[in-house]
Amino acid sequence: MDAILKSELQVKDTAAPAKSAVFWRPTAQTGLVSWLTTVDHKKIGFLYGVFALFFFLVGGVEALLIRLQLMLPNSSVLTAEQYNTMFTMHGTTMIFLAIMPLSAAFFNFIMPLQIGARDVAFPRLNAFSLWTFVAGAIIINLGWFMPDGAPNVGWTGYAPLTSKTYAPDHSVDMWIMGLQLLGVASIAASLNFIVTIINMRAPGMTMMRLPVFTWMTLFTAFLIVLSFPFITVALVELMMDRHFGTSFFEVSGGGMPILWQHLFWVFGHPEVYILILPAMGIISEILPTFSRKPLFGYPIVVFSGASIGFLGFSVWSHHMFTTGMGTVATAAFALATMAIAVPTGVKIFNWIGTLWGGHLSMRTPMMFALGFVWMFMIGGFSGVMHSAAPADAQQQDSYFVVAHFHYVLIGGSLFALLAGIHYWFPLMFGRKVSEFWGKLSFWVIFAGFNITFFPMHFLGLNGMPRRTFTYDTNLGWNAGNFIATIGALILGVGIFIYFAVMVYTFLKGEKVGKDVWDARTLEWSLPNPPPEYNYRVIPTVHARDALWYIKQNPAEIAKEDAAKAKIEADHGGIHMPHQSIYPFVASLGMFVAGVGISAIDHDPTPGFWGKKIGITLIGGAIMCLGIYWWAIEGNEGYHLHLDEDGKESKDKKADHP
Amino acid sequence: MSSHAAGTIDHHHDPSTSTGIPNKKLMMWTFLASDCMFFGALISTHLIYRLHPAPGSPQPKEIFSLELTSFSTFILLMSSLMMALAVTAIQKGNVKSMRWSLLTTIFFGTIFLGCQVYEFVEFATLKNLTLTNSMFGTTFYTLTGTHGIHVAIGVLWLILMYVRSFQPPEGQRTFGWLFKNCLHVSAIVGAVLLSMFAILGVVHTIQTGGTTASYFASHLWMIVGFFATIAVAVSFWRQKTAVNFGEANAIDVESMGLYWHFVDIVWIVIFTAVYLIEYL
Repeated sequence: MDAILKSELQVKDTAAPAKSAVFWRPTAQTGLVSWLTTVDHKKIGFLYGVFALFFFLVGGVEALLIRLQLMLPNSSVLTAEQYNTMFTMHGTTMIFLAIMPLSAAFFNFIMPLQIGARDVAFPRLNAFSLWTFVAGAIIINLGWFMPDGAPNVGWTGYAPLTSKTYAPDHSVDMWIMGLQLLGVASIAASLNFIVTIINMRAPGMTMMRLPVFTWMTLFTAFLIVLSFPFITVALVELMMDRHFGTSFFEVSGGGMPILWQHLFWVFGHPEVYILILPAMGIISEILPTFSRKPLFGYPIVVFSGASIGFLGFSVWSHHMFTTGMGTVATAAFALATMAIAVPTGVKIFNWIGTLWGGHLSMRTPMMFALGFVWMFMIGGFSGVMHSAAPADAQQQDSYFVVAHFHYVLIGGSLFALLAGIHYWFPLMFGRKVSEFWGKLSFWVIFAGFNITFFPMHFLGLNGMPRRTFTYDTNLGWNAGNFIATIGALILGVGIFIYFAVMVYTFLKGEKVGKDVWDARTLEWSLPNPPPEYNYRVIPTVHARDALWYIKQNPAEIAKEDAAKAKIEADHGGIHMPHQSIYPFVASLGMFVAGVGISAIDHDPTPGFWGKKIGITLIGGAIMCLGIYWWAIEGNEGYHLHLDEDGKESKDKKADHP
Repeated sequence: MSSHAAGTIDHHHDPSTSTGIPNKKLMMWTFLASDCMFFGALISTHLIYRLHPAPGSPQPKEIFSLELTSFSTFILLMSSLMMALAVTAIQKGNVKSMRWSLLTTIFFGTIFLGCQVYEFVEFATLKNLTLTNSMFGTTFYTLTGTHGIHVAIGVLWLILMYVRSFQPPEGQRTFGWLFKNCLHVSAIVGAVLLSMFAILGVVHTIQTGGTTASYFASHLWMIVGFFATIAVAVSFWRQKTAVNFGEANAIDVESMGLYWHFVDIVWIVIFTAVYLIEYL
């Protein structure tokens, strides 16, 4: 063993067998196995989207039940407990299981295409993020199928509501465990995106040529990486309180419930920007495309995104103005909050500047995008109103706040995501939604949304508290609530039309060719749907609007591509990663352990071994095995050789990357 | 196997990435930024509750043993030195030297963990500081315990990397190899645990005035097991088969090293903010 041994880095190992003796190398391209073992960022993005839309519909049903209960005074559609469960699960579901994963779907599908990469930096980690997200989502929703019920402590889970005294059953444990798994999934995915954007850009794609959506993905990923640890710690402490009898948040043991609020909002406020920055990125792609102009003030849009992300960490206590922090702290957080309006306003003006003098083409994605700009501004205005601490004392925990955050989350995030689905649908599936049905769904959603949430401003200023289960007839809230519920039903119809049309289009919609919107970013240079390897030749980027340049200079690009294709073929063709089941196994283990920790009763008989410990340990063992097999199977792959037309001849020889 | 001469790979520039920073290294730096926030929140919790002690809170100075903790801090710092030597060795393609350095790092990490186990048991049994009987105990055990878990994961990672340095080329990875690989990992994990508890047993026996005979009577299986695991590990060490591990894997060792150094730095902060601050 004295010889100094080296492994090969660039030398091809042609003697290696096609099949590994020990590790399963699935090659299925269709069917369940292909989805469970996929490491293709596009398939993973699609799965994120499917799961997110499913949970979006679940959250929507919860919202409709809430509105039906509040439609009339002294109503009894839901009991008070059921109502608590509904608003808790509605908030948790929409934020963590609908908007965030829908953004992640676009990060996965679009971002690598925009920077000219063939995949993300760590394809198997990407699969792990997806399946861990699914595991967390299931654990949060397990309560529906258990006698304990789903969590009912509010999506903010304020202490001491979450203590054993007030929530003795497993519902809060499942909420904790589910959120922890979602945190793991989000952080792992974000690490992946950060490395991908910084390190996997095509030649010529400098940072200041990145499409704005990719920039916003980067900022969002940094926000996730830096803010999620706080909720992880808060949840760990809460779990210790509930499982091991500590008193982090128990007043009787010297704990301070206010600590929960601080830890939660140090995470929770950056989370707001985690929800809105991807939306801003999508809008910054759509507006220039349909205005036939480059984005106005690109560097300013990018830097204002960065300053929003940065300032987002310094404003958390504006959620706590009424807790008595003292005048200095209150004034400081009020000022920082007002400061955030500046970069946000800068973005709005840049979007208007993009539209100004443009050759506007009013297609469906553009309608949603314009709706975003307008509705998000209304939400922004009421947001600035909250930043004045004395005014906030009146608005705190009222329907005014409910109106505000639904304007920024539906009118903001969701409108942009719906716009993004319309915009990229032709690229993803090669089909396009008909303009009539697309625009109809937009107008119904737009009307329903405003009829639902605009009256809530007045309800809030008239004193209707948030999270109230019912109200008496003589409080002056009857008309507003009735209108809001009618609006919610209209909004529900709009969303139904939107998705019915999507499903129809997916199956039978009009087929379209490449680059249907005549766009400016690289992803549109691909055929639709994009092939597994994305780019036959890694593109060379010459301008910020990369595809625009390609379309203007076809001869130069063709020459460049031919030269590059030859170099790549000489180097062994296109390297593709093997599919792998082990990330799924690791997530499965986390799921089983999570169920063991959160949903299984403590064994009544004393002793270490029992059902709870047993299931948790089995889950842990599956997880460790998954991770270890994942580590030692190695990141070998195979090579594709493509001819001029992109027809492939597969070379399944294992090769070292 | 390969035509590379030792030291021909540029370890500071990876031509396949846009920035020249290897993906794994960038990923690790970003993860450590995240972990910084994680420990930041835990340390903040401890410091906040330190400022708001409940009546009858224990006096940390009467509980801590600064000599022991200083010793284990020193050991952990020295483990960082050995980790750095391991990285340097593998960057020069010297697998054997790297293995020695990794083993030493594992050894020092084990001493640190042993000191922490001793400290926890001592505090809980003699000083009556438990997880639940005071806020100081709650935040102390949560914070230092979380750090201890980080060290334990680090030690496990070191062990796995050490075993990986015996990995054969891909064509020879059969089920027999897989079995041996798992046996190798179990042997070293076993050696770490058995040695730690055997030594802790010696300390316990001395402190409680037990005899040599009573020690051997109760710890014989640990000692026998320890030598058995060492024998397994040595037999793997003496194997003379080709391995697929070398200079190209330096980035894997270096990323692990970043994690290990980070956990050390966190301990320096904890040592200051939890222990030393009480002696101001």
